[in-house]
Amino acid sequence: MLILTCPCCGVTAEETEFHGGGEAHIKRFGPGSSDEDFHGYLFEKVNPKGVHFERWRHANGCGKWFHAARCTVTLEVFGTYSAQTTEPPQDIKDKISAKRPGWSWREFA
Amino acid sequence: MSEAVSALKGASFDGIVTVEEMGLQGMITLRGDLASPEMKKAVKDATGLNVPEQGHIAGEGGNWVAWMSPDELLLIVAYESVSDTEASLRDALSKVHHLAVNVSDTRAMFRLSGNGALVREAIAKLCPVDMRTEAFAPGQFRRSRMAQVPAAIWMPDESSVQVVCFRSVAEYAFNLLKGAAAPGSEVSLFS
Repeated sequence: MLILTCPCCGVTAEETEFHGGGEAHIKRFGPGSSDEDFHGYLFEKVNPKGVHFERWRHANGCGKWFHAARCTVTLEVFGTYSAQTTEPPQDIKDKISAKRPGWSWREFA
Repeated sequence: MSEAVSALKGASFDGIVTVEEMGLQGMITLRGDLASPEMKKAVKDATGLNVPEQGHIAGEGGNWVAWMSPDELLLIVAYESVSDTEASLRDALSKVHHLAVNVSDTRAMFRLSGNGALVREAIAKLCPVDMRTEAFAPGQFRRSRMAQVPAAIWMPDESSVQVVCFRSVAEYAFNLLKGAAAPGSEVSLFS
């Protein structure tokens, strides 16, 4: 079971208090984009074994969205951070590098 | 005007702890910038209480201000004075972006009282919350879930817990609490 700490209210709770919101840092391609870009935006999700970035919502708590970096193999959570960002903050990336040297995820490494 | 009644009309149950529905409670959801001087002053003037820190609740008796989220407070006041409090908040915050709404009739409130270790245990049976004395103490306020419904809990003192949930699930919540307080169901986890 995942234990997440909500960066908005500071509560550490197990995953049933949260709701997963799918992959993080997806760039939206809307009206005017090419069919390939729109298809990619809608359907092409990574499904990694290892480091992964996700969106979560503290549904039974403060109700806020946030980001989480975790390992899909061990369920280790590297950290959680604000939803108001388009890429993982450097301190989260450093924490992952310390534990999973050489990791990469989409364009981040 | 029709006579207002609470969801379970003050039902109570005696088990390893006493569970009671607390009847009509005045509740106001207040949203806005909690750090702003206007908000602090409006809350102080309306309730006499300071805006609590993150994850905490201020107050006593039937007068509380609870920290719900980074931009939301729950004010608990007497049911009869809720309209006045709401009006004074709206008046005081008229110049700043905010939301103040009377949610009294959409909520239900319960009190568990008795042995401190057993009230903690009854809540721990239902909520994924660390109820050890070193992890949860009077003054803290925790929104979580109680079995399948959202609920918020706090401890007015070491021997009681108060629970706020939606009125629509009041009967479900009361049945849960009765189960958790059933005679002979002591686990003695905290004693």
